[in-house]
Formats: sequence, structure tokens, C-alpha cells
Amino acid sequence: MLLAAIVKTLFIIGVAVGAFAPVITWVERKQSAVMQDRIGANRADIGGVTLLGLLHPLADVLKLLSKEDVVPLGANRVMHLIAPLISAIPAIASFAVIPFGGIYHFGDSTWNLVVADLDWGLLYIFAISSLAAYGGVIAGWASNNNWSLLGSLRASAQVISYEVTMGLSVVGIFMCFATLRLTDMAVAQDSTFRVLGFLEHFGWVSSLGALGHLTLPKWGIFLQPLGFVLFLTCVMAENKRPPFDLPEGESEIIAGYHLEYSGMRFGLFYMSEFIEVVVIAGLLTAIFLGGWSIPWLPQRTLIGAVTPVFGTGFATGLCMVLHVLTFFAKVIAMIWLQMQIRWTLPRPRYDQVMDLCWKIMLPLSLANAMVTAIVILALQGRAA
Amino acid sequence: MSGPQLFFYLFGAAAVVSALGMVLNVRNTVAAAMCLVVTMISLGGIYVVLDAHLVAALQIMVYAGAIVVVFLFVVMLLNLRRDAFPPERQRVTKALGVGLAIGVTWDFLRRMPGALPTAREVAPDFGGYRAVGRALFLEYPLPFEITSLLLLGAIVGAVVLAKRRLD
Repeated sequence: MLLAAIVKTLFIIGVAVGAFAPVITWVERKQSAVMQDRIGANRADIGGVTLLGLLHPLADVLKLLSKEDVVPLGANRVMHLIAPLISAIPAIASFAVIPFGGIYHFGDSTWNLVVADLDWGLLYIFAISSLAAYGGVIAGWASNNNWSLLGSLRASAQVISYEVTMGLSVVGIFMCFATLRLTDMAVAQDSTFRVLGFLEHFGWVSSLGALGHLTLPKWGIFLQPLGFVLFLTCVMAENKRPPFDLPEGESEIIAGYHLEYSGMRFGLFYMSEFIEVVVIAGLLTAIFLGGWSIPWLPQRTLIGAVTPVFGTGFATGLCMVLHVLTFFAKVIAMIWLQMQIRWTLPRPRYDQVMDLCWKIMLPLSLANAMVTAIVILALQGRAA
Repeated sequence: MSGPQLFFYLFGAAAVVSALGMVLNVRNTVAAAMCLVVTMISLGGIYVVLDAHLVAALQIMVYAGAIVVVFLFVVMLLNLRRDAFPPERQRVTKALGVGLAIGVTWDFLRRMPGALPTAREVAPDFGGYRAVGRALFLEYPLPFEITSLLLLGAIVGAVVLAKRRLD
């Protein structure tokens, strides 16, 4: 049990923090270059080998490690040193409840590909991510610089505001899947539903005919499209990356709460943003994109189809590998989406960001929850 | 010692030490607030060990994640320095505080059972969001609604106080 948990923890942290996050720094530069008709990072080389510029993350880390680590005069030394850690740890801890594969039975042993299968998984995510605000707040205060403090105030006000809407935007999802456990959510999404089935259900149409075969995977994004947009906006605002990078503002309040940071400590702030990008992609995948499930091919069907040829053990193993690969393919797609948004949308003013949260998104998420509740009640009332 | 017991004592010790840190750091307000955060998180950990999962999540989300951040806001904006606090003079209140603390501790020690009570099995969904939700909406709907009215009143009050001039 303990060994399995340690192996799973090392796997997910190794993949997300060790592989994804450094490569994303390269992807971000390369994708922006492509969008702006430039070539992008391609110069770092070892003996002439550039690997498309993939050596840039390595060069960045070497540079950051060899830089002087400046602590400003009059700063609170201890707080200044631990602030980057406080902002990185919650991001990494969030991976604990994101399932990167389903539940597989090999003879007597059961493999559940999630580090901690908590019944309150989503609440855990909200609780942990609410602690991420402290990194910025402490960094800004401990630097003994008014510009840093202004940046940290902006950051924390933004994060706290969007947390409220973030929680409310997935209430509809709780109701659809009737669970907060992320593994159950993924299992529930491993099936399909008939798009126009409700017409028949309410008796508005006697028979759908050929349209009745029109099915979609039962993913959160199809059941709760508005919830997806709201949640995506909120988590991107929580991450404080463009277009929501209001804690920074070169022309107004300089560089935000990490103004007085240099070397690897600055790198850690930077890194935790990228780790957060991976967490967000994992969360969006788990909640809205069916997690590890392969569309139109439920686990039972897949195992059932392969078993007669190769046996149960092989079928289950194949299914597991395919599911893990599917999960990471979806994660990559969501990372791409975030990068695309980051390089496409212009940046609003700070008051516009707060107005968007409190005056538009909060009422919308409440309305979404209410409409969802009414629809679910109507469907249940009809069934009973 | 079993795993949960070990974690119970670990979180308990962290809660006590950080609470002491908060009280002793009275002149360094930001450090005190951060100690308070650690206390809140440790309490959350204790709730997890005690199977009260929803309360644990809310403890961290609401207290550590929101309320103390607002404390920090205020403390930082006031930007109090060490010399902002004059040396303590009120001997009488000090003596009263120490006396009260000793009294409460003595009473607590007197009531403490000699041995840990044996743990009882709890229902499978004890402390989860389902059990709490059922209790809130089926057993105690009226107190729940009254609480929401109370909070609404508090929000309106805060807006009125903050706006100064209503237009």
C-alpha cells in the first residue's frame, strides 16, 4: 500500500514537475514565436546539438542557479526565503487527488491510478489551492518594498475573489455526477449519452429515428458547457498568468510581488506558475474532459473486446496503458489551450478583472447551478 | 502507535506550538498571523484524522484560505513596526490574564481523563459532505436559513459602512 502510494507520487510529480513544467517553458516561447511569425528559442546547444531549442530549459536553470540570490535591505529574511516555497507546494500537492488512470483488477490485486482517492477530492483541491495566495502575500510584504506590497495586494484580492466563483462554477458538475470524488467522476464520464434523448424523455417527440443514434461522451464539458467556461476563466485568473497578470504592471506598479526576487527563488515563482498550468490542465481533464476515458470506448467494452484474443491480464494492462496515455494527451491539449489564450487575449484593466468576477461570473455561476438543479429535478420527476 | 494516531499527535503538537508562536509574536503582527495560519491548517489535519472531512476542508478553505488572508491585508496595510507598540504598562490586566490562564489550565487538567477513551466505530459516511448536507437541509433547515439571513445582514452592513456615501 505504502510502496504503491510512493511509486504513484513519484510518477505523477516526476511527470508533472520534472517533465511537463520545464518543457512548457520552452513550449510557451516556441508557441508565441510561431504565432508572431518568429523562430523562437533555438540557440542553446551542447556541442552543436540544439534539439529544436529543447536545451533552453536546461540553460535557464543553470543561469538561475548561478545568479546571486539577493535579499533586499530591511527585508524579513525568513519570510523572504520561504515565500517561493509557500507558493510552489500547494500547486504540487494538488496532484494527489487527480486520477491519471482508472481502477484495474489484475487477479487479486487492484490498481487505482490516483495517489489519494479521497471522497472529498474536489474540496481538497479547493482547500489546497486557497493556500496558494499566501506565497504572493508573504513575498510582497517580506520584500520591504511598497511596489511589491501593492502587487501582492492585487494578487491576493484577485485570487480570493475568483476562488468564490471557482467553487460555485462546478456546483453544477457535483449535481450531474452526484459525487465529489474525482475517480468516481472519471468513471461516470466513461460512457455516452444521447444528445437529443431529452426530447423523447419528456414526450415531446414520439421517436427520434436515426437522430437517436447521435451520442456524445458523457463528459462534463458537454453536460455543463457554461460551467467549463466559467471554471476555466477562474482557474486561469487564480494562476495570475496573462491575460490575468494584473499583479504585474510595468507601467503602473512595476513587476508585482516577486519584484525583489532573483536567481532560483524567482525561478521557483516562475516554476510554480507552470506547475499550476499542468494542475489546471489535469483538473480540467478530470472534471470536464472525461479524465482517462477514451471517447465512445468504455473500459468494459475495450477489455471485453481484447480479452478473447490475448487474455484478461493483457487486456487490462493494455487498457491501463491506453487510459494513462489518453489522460496525458488530454492534459497536453488543455495546456495548449491555456497557452493559446495566454498569447491571444489582450489584458484587461484591474477594475475590469474584478468587475468580471463579481458582476458577471458570480451571477452566471449561480444561475448555472440553479438551472442545472431544475433540469435534474425535472428529469428525475419524469423518471419517477 | 497507529498511523492516524501519529498524525493526530503531530498535528496537535503543531497546533499548540504555532498557537504559542502567535501569542508570543505579538509585536511582529505578520509573523503572528502566519502562526495563526499554521494553527488553522493543523486543526484541519486533526479534523481529517477524526474523519470529519467536510469540516477539515472548510476549516482550511474558509479560515486559513480566506479569513486570515484578510487579517494579513489589514496588518500589512497598517504596516506596524516593532516600535509602534509602547512598552506594556497595565500590570493589573497582565496579572489578571496570567491568573485566568492558570485557572483555565488547572480546570482543564482536572477534567482530563486518565487514559484516552477507546475509539468508537463511526458510520461509513460520517463527517462527509453527504451526511452534513442531509443534516443541514433535512433536520435543521430553519437554523440554516436563519444563518443565511444573518450573513446577508452582515454583508449589507459591510457595504453600507464601506461605501460611506450611498448614491
